[in-house]
Amino acid sequence: MRFLRGLPGWGWLTLALIILMSTPLWVLFSFVFEPTNATWSHLSETLLPQYVANSIWLMLGVGVGTLLLGVPTAWFVSQYEFRGRQLFQWALLLPMAMPAYIIAYTYTGLLVFEGPVQSALREVVPLTMMRAFFPEIRSLGGAIVMFSLVLYPYVYLLSRAAFANHSQQAMDASRLLGAGPVRSFFQVALPMARPAIIAGLTLALMETLADFGTVEHFGVAAFTTGIYRTWTGFGDTVTTAHLSLLLLAFVLTLMAVELWSRRQARYFALSAPRPAAHLPRLRGRGAWLAVFWCSLPVVFGFLVPGGQLLYWAVATAETGLNAEFALLVWNSFYLALIAGLVVVALAVWMAYAKRLFPHPMVRGTTRVAMLGYAVPGTVLAVAVMIPFAWVDQQINAWVQTHFGVSVGLLLSGTLFALVFAYAFRFLSVALQTVDAGLQRIKPSMDESARMLGANATEILGRIHLPLLRTSLLTAFILVFVEVLKELPMTLILRPFDFNTLAVRAYEMAADERLADAGLPALLIVLTGILPVIYLSRLIGKSHA
Amino acid sequence: MHELMISQLSVAHGADKVLKDVNLRIDPGQIGCLLGPSGCGKTTLLRSIAGLQAVQSGSVALEGTELTRPGFQVPPEKRHIGMVFQDFALFPHLTVAQNVGYGLRNLKASEREARVQALLSLVGLPDNGKRYPHQLSGGQQQRVALARALAPKPAVLLLDEPFSGLDVELRESLAREVRHILKSEGMTALMVTHNQNEAFAMADRVGVMQEGRLLQWDTPYNLYHEPHHAFIADFIGQGVLITGSVCDCHLVHTELGLLKAHLPLGSQPGEAVSVLVRPDDILHDDASDWQLEVVNRAFRGSHFLYTLKLPSDELVLCMSQSHHDHPIGTKIGIRLEMDHAVVFHHQRNFENEVVQDVTQQD
Repeated sequence: MRFLRGLPGWGWLTLALIILMSTPLWVLFSFVFEPTNATWSHLSETLLPQYVANSIWLMLGVGVGTLLLGVPTAWFVSQYEFRGRQLFQWALLLPMAMPAYIIAYTYTGLLVFEGPVQSALREVVPLTMMRAFFPEIRSLGGAIVMFSLVLYPYVYLLSRAAFANHSQQAMDASRLLGAGPVRSFFQVALPMARPAIIAGLTLALMETLADFGTVEHFGVAAFTTGIYRTWTGFGDTVTTAHLSLLLLAFVLTLMAVELWSRRQARYFALSAPRPAAHLPRLRGRGAWLAVFWCSLPVVFGFLVPGGQLLYWAVATAETGLNAEFALLVWNSFYLALIAGLVVVALAVWMAYAKRLFPHPMVRGTTRVAMLGYAVPGTVLAVAVMIPFAWVDQQINAWVQTHFGVSVGLLLSGTLFALVFAYAFRFLSVALQTVDAGLQRIKPSMDESARMLGANATEILGRIHLPLLRTSLLTAFILVFVEVLKELPMTLILRPFDFNTLAVRAYEMAADERLADAGLPALLIVLTGILPVIYLSRLIGKSHA
Repeated sequence: MHELMISQLSVAHGADKVLKDVNLRIDPGQIGCLLGPSGCGKTTLLRSIAGLQAVQSGSVALEGTELTRPGFQVPPEKRHIGMVFQDFALFPHLTVAQNVGYGLRNLKASEREARVQALLSLVGLPDNGKRYPHQLSGGQQQRVALARALAPKPAVLLLDEPFSGLDVELRESLAREVRHILKSEGMTALMVTHNQNEAFAMADRVGVMQEGRLLQWDTPYNLYHEPHHAFIADFIGQGVLITGSVCDCHLVHTELGLLKAHLPLGSQPGEAVSVLVRPDDILHDDASDWQLEVVNRAFRGSHFLYTLKLPSDELVLCMSQSHHDHPIGTKIGIRLEMDHAVVFHHQRNFENEVVQDVTQQD
């Protein structure tokens, strides 16, 4: 084990922690060697081709949708001055606050037969024509529209940064070499932003594949719903694991593409990003087009569904705002609080491990920890459940034989499993933020503090903590919000009779009581606006 | 060969006036250079000529054709002006040959290829066409940027701080090389820099800018020896201003004696004025009886730069040969070698500051 030489005790501890944390993943991978069973052969003849086909159609559709919404808006906002640009710059991020399953509920409510849109249309259009031409929202196409409306901000964010940073000088150069604005866009700006656009696109597609709530509500047969059914319905561990591995293969491919495009982006960055002091002003038709295109996702991705949620919430407030709802809010918030604290603590540990022991082994393992975000919640929940249930069984058997009592499900039946799963899935969100904060503290600062007589504790307390405070808070808020809106893991891993806002919204929607989903969903969306504010402030800073 | 004419050009960002009534003319085949501290408006002037910056008043004309006047702007791609950017702005997704050929889309493929190859040879990179910009060194990227800007045979070439991203050792040799290339192509060019060595190495005409104004547009020789403004005297080369008083219309009285001078307009006899003294105006001479005290000195390898104190406590600079090593506090002999003194109206701002600048450098 030559490569482990020179790793200090702390480094070993970190290594052990990461290996322990990623147990579910290793256990899941071990099922590659497990032979398939009858359920699998049944699945592969009936539903599996559908899962694969639907996943591919979803990725294609959402790919086109997020590009159409994300790239032009990023271009307008980064290159031109027009009425409302300042507003759109951050408003275009608002749909990020809207989880896909929640926007799916709102549009179902709006567009079903009894909904306001069809009712209004029936006044003027004959019923038979409506039946023939009104699109069914609860379909593959509907799901594609929903995902596009809330996931395009990934493409928008990354391509806007690429356009704003390195395109300006290259665009100027292209114009001076005789190319008009249109040719300059297609031959220079777009190819230069391509790695960033692809990175944003793969993130959006990973979210699409990981989604459970939307495809479940729309009845689209997808991997996540298949995994959930096989797990809860058949209780077939092997087939569930195999389906999960197949989905993971899709996700890992996307991850590889993302990694590759980020590496490309390195070459594509020009040395000195210099924001143009004054953007050219769009007038007339161009200005209208920009405003129209930028309004489109804001209106349909946030204002309309948000309005519907508000309407439902107000309509059900009288009956819905009761002690039971208060318990729901309490459950959700303290769960998110605990998870947030645990994840930030882990992130701080790992960020420091990387800084203090820049050993290849430590670097490599922290990278494994980053994998968590790529693993779809449904898959991760199942992967956590398998080893935890086994350990619980062993404990119970041992206690039963020695003391003759049952202790119940210590790991898999308590919040422990849930927090564990959250920690693994959201660690990368926190680690990236803390890492970025820690990198701003140059090693020379530590050294100069030491030269001025400060010991390690003092350096931590008087230099690192004050400088890291915002990063830690940011990491906490990001994780808090992610946990609050997380659905499939919570659904599968929650203790019996433990409800959260997300689970309640899901259950109400599943019971066709959409209006009753309004209150919990609205609260989730409102909390989700917090990180949007943070992101938009980041953008504001980079422009200053 | 084209002539570039700029008249009464003004640019404002909101209430902030960045360029104020700039006039300048570059004759065909001439290389001009704008020199000034950062924020003086030199890059804005370049971008206005390129059409990348809207102007409030005045005009830019190329060979008598107006490119810009208020309410009318020829778009940059129609101006036939080339530009080399500060960070080169090479297209990272295109090869070197594709970069150079980008502006040649109106040529047939074979002609384009020939022109690209000719240009790459001109800048000394004939075998690098298939490489990508990120595979080249800074100096090579700079040459590609130059080749790309020259490829469409622009009427005028603009260069925005073209050497600022390069190593100091590389700068002057590349500046000479670029001058050679531009001259051999007969290119009319305008460069922007804050480095006077680059400006003097490259340009036939140099303009010094301050706070949006073009103070003087002249040959490097005249800028050094006959600056029109105290700011230029300070910015170009080294020197100090000492106090003098006007004797008559040709002479000023100073502590260095009676000096022949071109007096500024409106000077009255007896009026206090500032007189520019360069280090090369005062020569060290061991044989001289005229002795001044050394208050500071800087060893520059090829020479010593001494700061000497006049009886009135005003300081002047003196250059001496490298092996004339005199410690601080001793007195050394000097003699004056000054043809015509440059005189300004009395300047409070520059007087002591200049001396401090020089002494603080070491």
